[in-house]
Amino acid sequence: MTDPIFGRLDGSVTPFDDLFRNPSVNEAVASGAALAVILGVVAVVWMLTRHRLWAPLWRDWLTSADHKKIGIMYCVLAGVMLVRGVLEGVVMRTHQVTALDGGMLSADHFAQLFSTHGTIMIFFVATPLITGLINFAVPLQIGARDMAFPVLNQVSLGLTAAGAGLVMVSLVVGQFGTGGWTMYPPYTGATFSPGPGVDYWLWAIGISGIGSTLSGLNFAVTIYKMRCPGMTWLRMPMFTWTALCTAIMMVYAFPPLTVATAMLALDRYLDFHFFTNDLGGNMMHYANVFWMFGHPEVYIVVLPAYGVFSEISATFAAKRLYGYNSLVIATMAIAVISFCVWLHHFFTMGQGAPVNAAFGIATMIIAVPTGVKVYDWLATLYEGRIRMSVPIIYLAGFFILFVFGGLTGVILANPTIDYQVHNSQFLVAHFHNVLIRGTLFGIFAGIHYWFPKAFGFRLDETLARRAAWLWFAGFCLAFLPLYWLGLMGMPRRSASYDNPAFEPAMWLAFAGGLLVLAALATTVWTFVASIRNRAALACPVGDPWDGRTLEWSVPCPAPAFNFFATPSVRALDPLTIEKAEGTPYEEADGYEDIEMPRNTALGMILAVATGVMGFALVWWVWWLAALALVAVIGAVIARAFVEDTHQRIPADELRQAHLAFLRRVRQTRAVDRDDETGPANKGLARPEVPA
Amino acid sequence: MKDDRRSETIRYVTGALVSGVLTLLAFWVVMGPDLARPVRLWVLAGLGLAQIVVQLRCFLHIGWHSRREDLQLILFSLVLLGLMIGGTIWIMGSLAVRMH
Amino acid sequence: MSGTAHPGLNLGAAHGKARDRSEKGAFGFWVFLMSDLIIFGILFATYIVMLPARAGGPGPETLFDLSSIGAQTALLLASSFTYGMASLSMKHGGRRAPVALWLALTGVLGAGFITLEMRDFIHMAGEGGVPSRSGWLSALWALVGLHGLHVAAGLLWIAVMLALLALRGLNDAVKSRLLLLGLYWHFLDLAWIGIFTIVFLGGMA
Ligand code: HEM
Ligand SMILES: [Cu+2]
Repeated sequence: MTDPIFGRLDGSVTPFDDLFRNPSVNEAVASGAALAVILGVVAVVWMLTRHRLWAPLWRDWLTSADHKKIGIMYCVLAGVMLVRGVLEGVVMRTHQVTALDGGMLSADHFAQLFSTHGTIMIFFVATPLITGLINFAVPLQIGARDMAFPVLNQVSLGLTAAGAGLVMVSLVVGQFGTGGWTMYPPYTGATFSPGPGVDYWLWAIGISGIGSTLSGLNFAVTIYKMRCPGMTWLRMPMFTWTALCTAIMMVYAFPPLTVATAMLALDRYLDFHFFTNDLGGNMMHYANVFWMFGHPEVYIVVLPAYGVFSEISATFAAKRLYGYNSLVIATMAIAVISFCVWLHHFFTMGQGAPVNAAFGIATMIIAVPTGVKVYDWLATLYEGRIRMSVPIIYLAGFFILFVFGGLTGVILANPTIDYQVHNSQFLVAHFHNVLIRGTLFGIFAGIHYWFPKAFGFRLDETLARRAAWLWFAGFCLAFLPLYWLGLMGMPRRSASYDNPAFEPAMWLAFAGGLLVLAALATTVWTFVASIRNRAALACPVGDPWDGRTLEWSVPCPAPAFNFFATPSVRALDPLTIEKAEGTPYEEADGYEDIEMPRNTALGMILAVATGVMGFALVWWVWWLAALALVAVIGAVIARAFVEDTHQRIPADELRQAHLAFLRRVRQTRAVDRDDETGPANKGLARPEVPA
Repeated sequence: MKDDRRSETIRYVTGALVSGVLTLLAFWVVMGPDLARPVRLWVLAGLGLAQIVVQLRCFLHIGWHSRREDLQLILFSLVLLGLMIGGTIWIMGSLAVRMH
Repeated sequence: MSGTAHPGLNLGAAHGKARDRSEKGAFGFWVFLMSDLIIFGILFATYIVMLPARAGGPGPETLFDLSSIGAQTALLLASSFTYGMASLSMKHGGRRAPVALWLALTGVLGAGFITLEMRDFIHMAGEGGVPSRSGWLSALWALVGLHGLHVAAGLLWIAVMLALLALRGLNDAVKSRLLLLGLYWHFLDLAWIGIFTIVFLGGMA
C-alpha cells in the first residue's frame, strides 16, 4: 500500500487538490490557509534575499548561543504562531455564528481548527513565550552572563521550532488531527484515525516536548548555580522565583507528556495495545497520564506571568513588592500542589467518589496561594505612585477578568458541579479567561516592559495602549458570553447546533472575535511603528522605567556579555538601593577576562534533522526517518569532538566599554516619571521615592 | 568519609558485594521457600529498595554529608514520583473496580 | 559557587573554570536523570495498571526465564562495579590506559547484557509474547525495551569516550564527561533493580 520511497505521500495530499475537485467555502478556507503559509514563506525568503540578510541572520541569530537572542527568537516564533492561532480562533467564531443547523465549514474542518488552535496556543504560543521571557530576563536578573548550558539552550529552541514547523507544514501537506489538543484515544488510535493527522500532532508535541524538558533543566541549573555573589535565595527577583518553579515543573511535568505521546505512537505505528478498545487496552490510562502533564502545564505557563505582574506592580507603583516572602511561598506551594490535582480534568470518567473528592479538594486548595498573590499585588499598588502605562493596564485587566476565570475554576473543582458543565462552553470560557488573562496578558506586559532591554528602544506607548484596551475589550466580549452558553447546555467543540437560543451569545462572541482581530492588527502595527520611530524612542542608558533589579543597570540593548563586571548584591531590589544611595553608575573595582560561548550550528542542524524525521515518520517515509535519526545522533557525537567552544573577552575591553557607557550616562539628562513615556526618556531615571 | 584510593575501592567492593547478596536473596525468595505471594512481594520490595539505597550510597556517593544538593533533588523527585505512581494506581484501581 | 566537587573527579585547584563547569554539568545531569526517572516511573505505573490486561495471551510463567534474568543482573552489576574502577583510576592514577581498559570492560559486560536481553525478547516472541498480543505485553516490552535502549545508548557513549580518550587523553573535558557517563551507567543499574524486582521476580512470585 505504501510506496517505498514516498511512503504515504502522493499528489492528492494538498488542500488545493480538494478545492479543484470539490469547490466549496470549506475548501476555499483550507486552501486559503495553505496559500497564506506558502506566501508567507516566499515573502520572508524574498525579503531576506533582497536585503542580503541571510548571512547576518545565520551569524547573529540562528547560530548564536546568547540567551538573549535565543529568548527573542522564542518570542518571534511564538508571535508567528499566535497570529495563526488567533486567526483560527476568529474563523471558528465565524463558523459558529453560521452553525445553526449547518455551518460554513465541514465538521471535520472545524475539528481540525480547534485541534490545531488548542495545540498551537498551548505548545507553540504560551510555552515558547514563557520560555523566551525566562531566557531573556533570568540571567540578567541574577547577574549571570549566560545560561548554564548555552548550546543546550539553542538545541531546545531548535526542537521547539521543529515542532512548530511540523504544525505549519500540516496546513499544506495533508491534514491535522481532529482529536482536540488532548488527542484522546481510542478515537485517535489507528483504527479510527488512520490518516497522518494525529501523527503530525504526535511528532510535533513529542519533539518540542523534549525541547521544553531541556529548557526546564537549563533554567533550573542556571538559577541554582549561576547567581552572582550576594544573590541569596531570598534576594532573587520575583520573576526569577517564578521561573525557577516553572523550570522545576517543566523537568517533572514534560516526561509524562513524552510517555503519553510515545505510548500513543507505539499503538499507532507498531500495533501496541495501550489504549485500544481490544486486547486489554485501557484508554482511560491515557487521560490519566496526559493530565499528569496537562495540569502542571497550565501553571508552567501562568507562574512566570505572575512573576511579571510582581515585577511591574513594584516598578510602576514605585514601591517595594508587598509580601515578598509570602509570594515566594505561594509560588512554591502552587508548583507542588499542581502535581496533586490532575484528575479534575476527568472527574466524569467513572472513578469512585472518594477519588473525585480528594482531587477536588486539592484543586480548591490552589485557590488559596493564588488569592495570597492577588492580595499581595493589590497591596503593592496600594498608596503607590502608580503610572497607568501599558503593563499596568494589562495588570488591571488581569485583576478584573482573572477573577472570573479563577472563581469559575473553583466552581469546576467541585465534582458534582463539574458533572453538569464538563465539556461545555462554560469550560471554554473558564480556561480562556485564565489562560489569556494570566498567561497572555502577563506576557504582553512583560514584552512591553523588557522590549527596550532587548532592542534599545521603547514601544510606542499610545499604540500599545490602544492594543491593550482592544485585547481587553475583545476578550471580554469573546469569552464572557460563553459562560452563559455553557449554562444553557451548549457543549464545547460543537461544529453545529440546533438550538436558536444559542445564537445571540454567539453573535456577541463573534463581535469579540473581531475586536480581538483588531487588537492583533494594532499590536503588529505597534511593533512596525516603533521600529520606524526607533531613534526617538531609544533609551540607551538602560533604565527607562526606574527599574529595581539588576537588568536595568546595564545599557539598552544589553551587551552580549550582559555585565561589564560581575555585580554583587546586598539586598532585594539592588538597583533601587544603589539609586537611593546615589551610586548606580560607577566604575567597578576590577575587571576580569571572561569566556563566552562561541557560535555553533548544532541547534539548527538538530532543528532541521528532527523536523525532517518527524515529517518522514508522519508520512511513513522510513528511509528518510532513519537517515534523519542518524544525522541527529551524528551531530551530537560530533559536537563532543569540538574543542574550541569558548571565546575570551579581555578585561581591558570590558573596562573600555564600561567607561564609554559611564560617559554616556553623564551626558544624559535624567527624566521624571511624568515624562516616562515621552521622547525625553533616554533611559536615565530620576528616582521618585527613596527605597 | 576518607578520600584515599584504598577506602574508596573498599566502598565500591562493599557496594558490589552487598548488592550481589541482596540480589541472590531476592531470587531465592522467589525460587526457594514456600511463602504466600503477598509475603514474597513485600520481601522483594524491601530487598529492591535496600539495594537501591546501597548503590546510591556506594556507587553514586550520595549521602547526608556529601552531595547534599543531589540528595535533596532525589528526595524531591521521589515525592513527585510517588504522587504520580500512587495516584495512578489509586485512580486506575478505582476505575477497574467500578467497571466490573 | 560553593559545594564540593564530585568525589569521582579530581580536576585540581588550578582549574577553577573547569571545576565550575563540571560542577554545573554534574548537577544538570542529575536533573536530567531525575526527569528520566519520571519516564521510567510512569512506565512502571503503566505496567502495574496493565498487569490484568492479559487478554488471554501468554503470561510470565511461559515467557520469563529467571536464570537468564539472573545472568543479566549479574552482568549489569559487574559492569557498574567496573565503571567504579574506571572512575577511581581516572581520579587517582591519571593515566589513560587503565581508565580505557576498565571502560572497555564495562562496555563488554554491557554488551553481554544486551545480547542476553535480545535473546530473551526473541524467545518471548517465539512463544507468542509479542507486544501486539495484549496490553500487558505492550507495557512489558515498552518498559524493558526502554531500559535496553538506554543501555545501548550507554554503549555508544562508551565507544565515543574511548575514542576521545585515544585522541585527547585524560583532559578536563574528557574527565567531566566520564563523570557524567558514570552517573548514567550507575543509574541504569538502579532502573534495572526496579525492573527485575517488579517485573520479573514480582511476576513469578
Ligand atoms: C485570541 C483569541 C482566541 C479566540 C477567538 C479563541 C477561540 C477559541 C474557540 C472558538 C475554541 C473552540 C471552543 C470549542 O471547542 O467549542 C477554542 C479552543 C481552545 N482555545 Fe482558544 N481562542 C483564543 C485564544 C486562545 C489562547 C490565547 C489560548 C491559550 C493560551 C487558547 C487555548 C485554547 C484551547 C486549549 C482550546 C481547546 C482546544 C480543544 O478543544 O482541544 N485560545 N478557542
Ligand atoms: Cu487542571
